[in-house]
Parts: sequence; structure tokens; C-alpha cells
Amino acid sequence: MIQTVLNTIPTPSFEYALLSPILVMFLAACLGVLVEAFLPNEKRRFAHLIIVFTAILFAFFAVVLQSGPNGRALVANGTVALDGPGWILQGTILLVAALSALLFAESKIDPLGDAFAARASTLPGGEEEKIATKLGWAQTEIWPLFSFAISGMLLFVTANDLLVLFVALEVMSLPLYLLAGLARRRRLLSQEAALKYFILGALASAILLFGSALTYAYTGSLEFGQISNGISSANNSPGLLTAAIALVAVGMLFKVGAVPFHQWVPDVYTGSPTPVTSFMAGAVKVAAFGGLLRVFYVAFGALVWDWRPLIWVVAGLTMVVGSVIALAQSDFKRMLAYSSVSNGGFILVGFSATSRPAIAAVLIYLIAYAFATVGAFALLTLIREQAGESSTLIRWKGLGKKSPVVAGLMSLFMLSFAGIPLTSGFTAKFGVFTAAISGGATALVLVGVIASAIAAVFYIRVIILMFFSEPIPEGPFVVVPSIFTTIAITASAVVTIILGLFPQVVIDLISSASVFLR
Amino acid sequence: MIAAVIALPALSAAVLLSFGNRTNKFGPWLAIFASTGSFLIGLWHFLQMVARPAEERPALTTVYEWLSVPAAGFKINFALQLDQLSISFVLLITFVGTLIHIYSLGYMSHDENPRRFFAYLNLFVAAMLLLVLADNYLLLYVGWEGVGLASYLLIGFWQHKPTAAVAAKKAFVANRVGDFGLSLAIMTMFIVFGSVSFSDVNSGIVGAPAWVSLTLGLLLLLAACGKSAQFPLQSWLLDAMEGPTPVSALIHAATMVTAGVYLIVRSASIFNASEIAQTAVVITGAISLLMGAIIGAAKDDIKKSLAGSTMSQIGYMVLAAGLGPIGYVFAILHLITHGFFKAVMFLGAGSVMHATNDNVDMRRYGGLPKVMFFTTITFFIGYLAIIGVPPFAGFYSKDHIIEAALSHSWWAGAAVLFGAGLTAFYMTRMMMMTFVSKSRWHEDVHPHESPLSMILPMIVLSVGAATMGILLTRNHVFEHWLEPITGFVEPEPPLPIQTITTITLSVVAIGVLIGIWQNIKIAKVAPVKVSFVVKAARKDLYGDVLNETLLMRPGQGLTKSLNIFDNAVVDGSVNGLGLFVSGISARLRRSETGYVRSYAMSIVLGTALLVIALLMVRI
Repeated sequence: MIQTVLNTIPTPSFEYALLSPILVMFLAACLGVLVEAFLPNEKRRFAHLIIVFTAILFAFFAVVLQSGPNGRALVANGTVALDGPGWILQGTILLVAALSALLFAESKIDPLGDAFAARASTLPGGEEEKIATKLGWAQTEIWPLFSFAISGMLLFVTANDLLVLFVALEVMSLPLYLLAGLARRRRLLSQEAALKYFILGALASAILLFGSALTYAYTGSLEFGQISNGISSANNSPGLLTAAIALVAVGMLFKVGAVPFHQWVPDVYTGSPTPVTSFMAGAVKVAAFGGLLRVFYVAFGALVWDWRPLIWVVAGLTMVVGSVIALAQSDFKRMLAYSSVSNGGFILVGFSATSRPAIAAVLIYLIAYAFATVGAFALLTLIREQAGESSTLIRWKGLGKKSPVVAGLMSLFMLSFAGIPLTSGFTAKFGVFTAAISGGATALVLVGVIASAIAAVFYIRVIILMFFSEPIPEGPFVVVPSIFTTIAITASAVVTIILGLFPQVVIDLISSASVFLR
Repeated sequence: MIAAVIALPALSAAVLLSFGNRTNKFGPWLAIFASTGSFLIGLWHFLQMVARPAEERPALTTVYEWLSVPAAGFKINFALQLDQLSISFVLLITFVGTLIHIYSLGYMSHDENPRRFFAYLNLFVAAMLLLVLADNYLLLYVGWEGVGLASYLLIGFWQHKPTAAVAAKKAFVANRVGDFGLSLAIMTMFIVFGSVSFSDVNSGIVGAPAWVSLTLGLLLLLAACGKSAQFPLQSWLLDAMEGPTPVSALIHAATMVTAGVYLIVRSASIFNASEIAQTAVVITGAISLLMGAIIGAAKDDIKKSLAGSTMSQIGYMVLAAGLGPIGYVFAILHLITHGFFKAVMFLGAGSVMHATNDNVDMRRYGGLPKVMFFTTITFFIGYLAIIGVPPFAGFYSKDHIIEAALSHSWWAGAAVLFGAGLTAFYMTRMMMMTFVSKSRWHEDVHPHESPLSMILPMIVLSVGAATMGILLTRNHVFEHWLEPITGFVEPEPPLPIQTITTITLSVVAIGVLIGIWQNIKIAKVAPVKVSFVVKAARKDLYGDVLNETLLMRPGQGLTKSLNIFDNAVVDGSVNGLGLFVSGISARLRRSETGYVRSYAMSIVLGTALLVIALLMVRI
């Protein structure tokens, strides 16, 4: 009996070389756990750094070397699709993650150590916390968690099967819930954020899983290509499928932080340690949109006429609500959180066009946004007061006089967010808007332009505060970071400028690769 | 490869500006090296171009594609066009530019921050080269704004002087008016032709309706007036003399101010298509050349007098450019010779100022030849060139313009002839006041010859001022050189050429004689009882008043009424909208309760809405 059942299950084919980026990151995570178990306290940090950076480097080269036309295939029994967009997304995630890793590793900025709590288990503000901090303990578990999250993302953007997608989502999300709660400063806020993120994330995962189940019920398959075939050939009641699409959409839109599923974003971004926030706003955003693209373009592509109007509404709402609420923010981190929401709306505008240029436009937007946002958060870690980072905007008055370099770079990222020409933000917005116009969504683009005009107000306000106001007495001071953060900021700035000055090179490269395998 | 011409000074400027004081030691040398390198590369390209037959000389280099949207037919390239016209400019800019870099080494040696000065000079050279090498109007506009910025920075280089700061601002604002014309012209081109490249505009203008060429012509003329200090946008140039003298020589005499002439000649096809626009150009040139000469004749400040002269000489070029194919070549010819002789005169003025504790009042000069031998000689060569004494450069270029103007109309001819007389007069006056007359120095002034780094560029430039005319006009070499680009038609003046030359030289001689006769005795203080012409000329012929009435007052009036409109209607609605948006913002912010239960509620409700909406779409 069992033997007959087993015979019906095909032996999985497993392409180790093509899957190596995912596997290497996973291996690094497991190694990290072993390091925690067997190495003495003081040697762990160094070992983790070596393992994580080697793994990222190896994974990135594996992506670059295999992403040519020969490396495009459905692997692992068709559950993972390594195609042009998949490789590009993996490469982007690895690069952005590398920059975040540099911020994770920074320990020169805060006199107390890195950005993470000395012992997560101690009571915030309690005696034990002080002792742990004094002893210089460090919560080095962040590193395996970080590696797990990356391997989950790499799988998430290439998953070609709803179940694999779900597993990948959990692998990438669970470490994030933990990381969010590990801030060294303002620990209560951080722990609250972690809990909120976990509860809401679990709810969204459940909804996604429910949608997957309904999809299976309707089409009899979980693999994207077969779902697509099932949709075109089935003649069951479409109500089931409609509900399925809506539920899967909610699961994914939660992750990208689209309105009305966005409310966790500001709380979690503000509460998390800033390196983690940069990781979430950069790499996680890329991963979430990558997954969304593949599910809706490949699996539900046949029903584009049904779900597109919905995406239009969500995109419009996300842009407007994100930009409008950001106006009222007085905290820089919170402002960037809403900016992340509204940028998600702009990406959805491009996403709604469902054409080949649209894929390229979304990918370029993701790259532009991810690097700029990592850069902005990295700069934030340098602007400090006695109690930690100084994120109250009004206190930044006259920062340009104290530190023209930091303020100038911050202005660069703000200008890029605002979509000013010669920065990456312009290239990105230009791309998604043109894609949407040729997709017939002129009205939505109009909303987008208005929203970006509103958004420009709060981005430019930061520049005005820094350069055109008199410094306040006892304002924040700017710390000189170690090489880690310096590299992260420089790389972000270089990408932001290059994508603004020579966009065509990147556009050509990405356009040539923006076809999904099915 | 040609991109390196621009890249060298641009990189040098970037290094000097971004690394700041760390580059103080080698900064000036790096700048000179960049400029020289640029010149050598330009020269290499020139020699290669000469070796090719005429029809193969122009070359287009696409450095990179900036942005292209094939679906919308929208494409902007960073492309450089190297042809006979642009290489002429490249050589002029880099050659004179390099000499002036070297001169500045001596001139700015006492300044506290020469590095910044050299960085700006490099920036200027790069922007100017971009301007003349661009293959489309948009890229030209980038260079156009770039030189405007460099000019602003350099006029205001001594920003601690309020006059310099104000002059810089004035130049910038006056240029804005012209830039406005250029940007409108570019937009019009894009709407009508769907492209802004020179080749597309040139081919598109042929079949275009008459209003297109007229509109474009007038808008481009406005742009040229701003940049080239032509009537009615001339007043900034006189104030621009607040900048260091090498700047006046390079930017406000030899190169940048001639950009307007370049623009008109480059847009020849547009002007050829509209006779009205051409006539407007000729009239503008004629008015400017007379106004400039009159202002130059009344000023006691040597630099301002030279500035008036620059305006006047550019008036000649603009007038020639307005004559159409009979004039384009001579406009550029005069531009090049002027670049040499005006630069040498400015540098001479700078040398004199250097020797007299930065005094600019000619009434306190005199008696300088015995202490400043080289300055006097080189200045004198410049003088002979500008008034048009054969065989010096100005004679050839100006004579040709006079012939072309006479074959256009009697009034244009009369204007240029009268202008030639005025030029001879005010230049003789300057010569008399500065050098020939007895010394009237301030007590503590002890003039001395300038250092070698200053003398050398003046000598080189004066050789050019003496010989450039013969070199370029022998066997009509320059006409043949530019003809494939600008077109050329032999002018047919109503009088024989010998007669015209004789008349011109006689007019010049009269001007010189009056100049000598009037300035045999020079008062140390400017006389108060003077004719109304002199009074007007001392006030820049009321250029500021004109600007104020034409632009500033209506502008202020417009601003005031707009302000009222703005406060009542726009602000009302914007503030209303702003209040509305921030009201919404505050309200929406309240939805951010911080309670995870209400977030979860919103997710569930959103999900329900999404499902219902999707079902509705399906039905």
C-alpha cells in the first residue's frame, strides 16, 4: 500500500548548482547556529561576520555567473522558477542585504556597542540590562536569523508554487519578527513593534494560506503554470477563484505594505533597530514585490481584467494615503515608513500595467528605491543625541552647517525619493508612469503625479530644515562611522547617482531579461 | 575621444571643488594642465579634420544615450557634434582659456584662495565646450546654463564686496530673461518637430509654416541678447566688470558673451527661413554696436569702457549674423579676431591695474610706457587691431562686415561705418588717457611691469591680434572652411571694395584724430559740465532705467497683482487645499491608533472589501 503510494510520487529532481544561492545562505544560517552553540562568546561576532559575508559574496557570484540565458529554467520539479526577473531580484536582494549587513555589523557609532540589545531577555531599563551592557555582551543570534531571512527571500522571489511560496514567506518573516524586537535603545517600543508585526503577519499569512487552499480547490494545482492552465480550462463557479485571488492578494499586499494593509509599517519601522528597518524597507520590499509580480503575472495572469481595477484602486489609495499621512509626521523614521508605503503605491502603478516594460519598470523602481532607502536609514544612524538616534525632524535644523557631507548625502536621497531628474528616483518614477500610461491607466498616473507632488513637500522639507534653518542649541551631533557604514552609504549614493545619470544601461539590461518562465 | 576635451576641465573642476583646501597647493597647476590638455586634444582633432575632405569633416559622437522611450518616440542623447564651426570655437576657447589660466597664476597670486578661482575657470571652460559641441539644443542648454553659473560665480568671486555680489546677481537675473527665450524655443521645437537635435530641426524647418521660423528666430534672438549683452538686455555686462580681470577677459570678452552669436549662426536654417527674424537681428546688432560704442566713449573706468566696447563689437557680430549667408562667416571671423584683441586689451588693463593698486580710473593713469614696456606694446597692438588698421586682425574682419552690411541695406552700412569711427575715437581716448598722457598717479602708486606669467599670455595673444586677420582671410581660407556648415554667398556691395576700404579708413582716421585732439589735456577728476550725450552715456545710456521700466516695473506690477490674485485665489485654494490635506493627514493619522486589534480589524475589513469588489467586477 505504502509502496504504491510512494511510487506515484516522482523522485524530486534537484538542480544544486542553480539553487546554490538559496542553499548557500541557508547553509550559512545553519553554520551560524552551530557557531552560537560551540564557539565562546568573544569569538562569535568575528566568525559570524566571516560566514555571512562569504555566503553573500558566494551567492551573489552564483547569481551573476548563472543568470545568463542558459541559466533560465524551472527547477526542483517545477516549484522554483529561475528566470530573468528571478535572477535580477535575487541579485538585488543580495546586494541590498549586504549593505544592511554592513549596518548590522557597525559597532563604532553607539558608545555602548552595536544597534542590538545586549541581552534580549533582560527587563528593559532593569538592573540586569545594565550589567549585560556593561559586560559588553552581544546578541550574536542576529546573524543566523539574518541569514535565514535572506535565504527565505531568495526562495520567495523564485517560488513557482503556492506552497513553496508560503514556506519561503515564513522563513523570511519569522526571523524578521525577532530582529524587530532587539533594539538596544527604546526597547519597549521595539518589543511592541515585534509583537505587532508578528500578530499581524500571522494573520496575513493565514489569509494567504486560505487563498492558496481555495486556489487548489478551484484549479487542482499549486504550481503557477498549472494554476494558469486550470483557470483557462475550468468551468466551475468562478466565485471560488475570485475569493482565492482576493485572499492571495491580501497576503501579498500586506507584505508590501499597501493601503489598507499598511498600518503595521510605521509602528514596526519606527520600533525596530535602524539597521533592521533598512533591511525591511530595502530587501524585504524587493522580495515582497518580486513574489507579488510572479504570482499575479504567471498564476493569475489570465484573469488580469478582473484584478487590475482592484490594483488600480489599491495603488491610488496607497500613493495618496501614504503621501498625505507622511506630511503630518514629525519623526524622520516614521516619515520614511510612510514614504515606503507611498513608494509601494508607485510600484503598484507600474505593476498594474502587466506588460514586459512594466516588469522592467517595477524591477528598476525596486532597485532605485531599495538603495536610496538603505542609504537614508544608514545616514540616520549617524545623527545622534545622548539618548540614541535623533529622529525628531525639527531638531535637525541647521544640520547642513554642522555636517555638510551627511546633510548633502541625505539631500541626495531625499531628492531621489521626490523623483527629481538626474537621480535614480526620476528614472524609476518615469518608468512606472510610462508603463502605466501605455497600459491605459492615465487617470491613475494623474493621481500618481499629484501624490508625488504632495510627497515632494515632506522630502524637500527635510532639505530646507537642514540647510536653511539656524541650528538649535544642543541639537544632534554627527558621528563618524567605521568603514562598514561608510561603505554602505557610499554604495547607496553611487547607485542613486548612476541610475540617474546613466539609466539606459540598466534599463537595457533589465528589459532584456524581464520575461517570466511559466 | 572628443568627449575628453570637456571631461578634462570638468574633472579638474570637480576635484578642486570637492577636495577643497587639500588641493590648494597644486590646484592652479592642475587647472592649467587640464585646460592645456583640452587644447591639445582639440588641436589634434583639428589637424585630423583638416586632413579630411570637406564633406567628411563633420563627425557625430554619441557619448551615451541618456534616456529613450521608443514607444513615445522620445529620445535624449548625450551626443557631441564636431564640425568646422564647433572646432573653431573649441580652439578659441581652449587656447585663449589656457593663456588666461596662465595669466591668472600671476594675477591671482595675492588672493587668498586662487584654487577656488581656478576651479571655476575650469568649470567655465568645460561648460562652454559643452555648449559649442552639443549636437542638440537641450544639451546646448545645459552648457548655456553652465557658463551662466560659472559667470555668476566668477563675477561674484570677491563676494565680500557688496558691489560684486550685486553685480553677480544682476548678471544672473538678466541672463534668466534670455534663458527663458531659449527654453521656450526648445519647447516649441519639441512640439513642432518632435526633436531638439540640430539635424532634425534643420530638416524640419524647411517645410514648416512661417510662424514657426519667426517664433523660433525671435526666441533665439532673445536668448542671444541675454547671453551676449545685446540691447535691451545689455546692462549686466558693465556691472560684470566687478569680477577679477582675467574673468572679464575670458568670459566677458573672448568667449561666453559670444555664445549668442554662436547660437544664431548655429541656427542659420531657422533665420534663413524668416526674413523678419533676420531683420530683427540686424536691428538689434546695429543698436547695440552704437550704444556700446557711445558708452565706451564716456566711461572713465577702463574696464567699463572696455565692456562697452565688447558690447559694441558683439553688436557687429550679431549684425553680421543677421545678414544671412553673406554674413555668417564674417560674424564668426570677427568673433575669433575679437577674442584675441579684446582679450589682450583686458589683460593689459589687468596688468595696469595690478601695477596701480587696483585703480581702474583712467584719469589717474598716464605715463605708463616707460615703466610698463610690454604691457604698452601689447595693448597698442590690440588697439590697432580693434580700430581696424591694416594689417592687424580687426581690419580684415570688420572690413568684411562693412561690405556685407552695405550690400544688405544703406542703414545697416551707415551704422557699421559710424560705429567704426566711434570705435576709433573711444579707443584712442583710452590709449591717450592710459598710456600716452603725462602721469597722474595717486601718491602711493609705484607702477611696475607685471610678472612673466602675465606678460607671456599678453605677448602670445598680441601676436594673434596682429596676424590672425591675414592668416584667416588669405585665399578666402576661412570662408571655404565654414561654408559647408553655415553656407556662404559673396556679398555684392553697391560700391567697389577699394572705395569702401578707403571710406572706412578715412572714418577711422577722423575718429583717431578727434580722439587725440580731445584728450591732449586730461583732468584728474571727471568734468561735470558735459553734454547730455555724455551724461547719458555715463549712466550706461539708461540701460538700467530701461530694464527697470521694461522688465522690473512691469514685473513688479505683475508680481503685485499676481500677489493679490495669489493671496486671494491661489493661496486661498492652496491654503484651503493645504489645510484640507493636512486636516485629512491629521485625521488619517488618528487611524494609526497603535492598537494591534484595530490594525487587524482594518486588515479583515479590507479583505472583505477586496473580495466583494472582485466579485462585483466579475459580475
